[in-house]
Amino acid sequence: MAAANQPDHASDQWPLWEVFTQAKDGAPHEHAGSVHAPDAEIALQNARDVYARRGEVVSVWVVPSAAIVASSPEDQGPFFDPADDKPYRHPQFYKTPRGVRVY
Amino acid sequence: MSLHPPPTPDESAAAATFDARIDAGETIEPKDWMPEKYRHQLVRMMSQHAHSEIVGMLPEGNWITRAPSLRRKMCLLAKVQDEAGHGLYIYCATETLGVARAELIDQLLTGKAKYSSIFNYPTLTWADIGVIGWFVDGAAIVNQTVLAKASYGPYARAMVRICKEENFHKRQGYEIVATLADGTPLQRAMVQDAVNRWWWPTLMMFGPSDVNSPNSADLLRWRVKRYSNDELRQRFVDLTVAQAQAVKLTLPDPELRYDAETKHWEFGEIDWAEFKQVISGNGPCNRERLAARRAAHDQGAWVREAAAAFAEKQRRRSAAPAA
Repeated sequence: MAAANQPDHASDQWPLWEVFTQAKDGAPHEHAGSVHAPDAEIALQNARDVYARRGEVVSVWVVPSAAIVASSPEDQGPFFDPADDKPYRHPQFYKTPRGVRVY
Repeated sequence: MSLHPPPTPDESAAAATFDARIDAGETIEPKDWMPEKYRHQLVRMMSQHAHSEIVGMLPEGNWITRAPSLRRKMCLLAKVQDEAGHGLYIYCATETLGVARAELIDQLLTGKAKYSSIFNYPTLTWADIGVIGWFVDGAAIVNQTVLAKASYGPYARAMVRICKEENFHKRQGYEIVATLADGTPLQRAMVQDAVNRWWWPTLMMFGPSDVNSPNSADLLRWRVKRYSNDELRQRFVDLTVAQAQAVKLTLPDPELRYDAETKHWEFGEIDWAEFKQVISGNGPCNRERLAARRAAHDQGAWVREAAAAFAEKQRRRSAAPAA
């Protein structure tokens, strides 16, 4: 985690942080973009200045980009295919008596 | 002609899959396989776009201290701040293609990178600020509304965000124009003069005509662009003529006429020699704009150093054992 916060001298710029914003109370945080900043506190301020200039944000998260672990596109098939052949996980799979409200 | 070795079978298969995804209207994300040329064209187009937002602050910044009222000053400040934000959105989207922002900014400051030719014209009067909002942001909206459906996800999402904010820019400009057009004969003359100076450079913003646009074919095939330069230019003219009529201003084109059959406004020939001059660095303000950017970057160095020093101090403080 600390490694992600070290300035990246290779490109002579501050580390990258991913920004997630929440549009209103109860909404999920969504990825908005990224900012460069030397530390978390400044990352948060930069994120506010760049992604929340109009009162359309009530909460913001910043995460060092290097700390994010993501599935890779090449594995998309095999990685998600355990869920591909399980129609019984969907309500449409089941027959119920006609004319009854099930939900 | 190609500088690259012929594609391996593996690459051909990946390219075929990529083309099929584009044709199916799918969105390409940063970690997906993409042809090197697609990546390269996107970096070129997106970084030019980001640079344009950043350089675009300069002609307007010129008038912040001389705005005619506090309300106008407040609005212009907000608009210029938005443009800084828009530049940052697009730099951020460009970084997802594996290029560092520092590198892009370096390309701008060394004069290697191109940006929109429109920002190399001077803002001579307050009316120019109104006309820039109306014309230049109006043209940008026509462009960016389409780019919001571009095949590259991070670019499309940045455009959606920008379009939401851009409408205020255009309306504040058009309001200034309408106010001056409704003012004294002197104010009317001032705003008409600004219209006369900005009309043709604005039409050039859409880029070369389709027959002379070296990158258009690729960008259209890969659905980065969805309409040609000429189609977008026509859309802008059709929208703007009515807006000019509404405030009783004329557009400086004797050949402008409505074609009842095509339902489009026909317009005269653009001076492409001027466009080429400005693009290749010889416009009225090219040197001044780059000098201003470089000065801002150099004079801002202390802020970057202070922020880094502050972050370091906080780190040491939080690492120190509690006394």
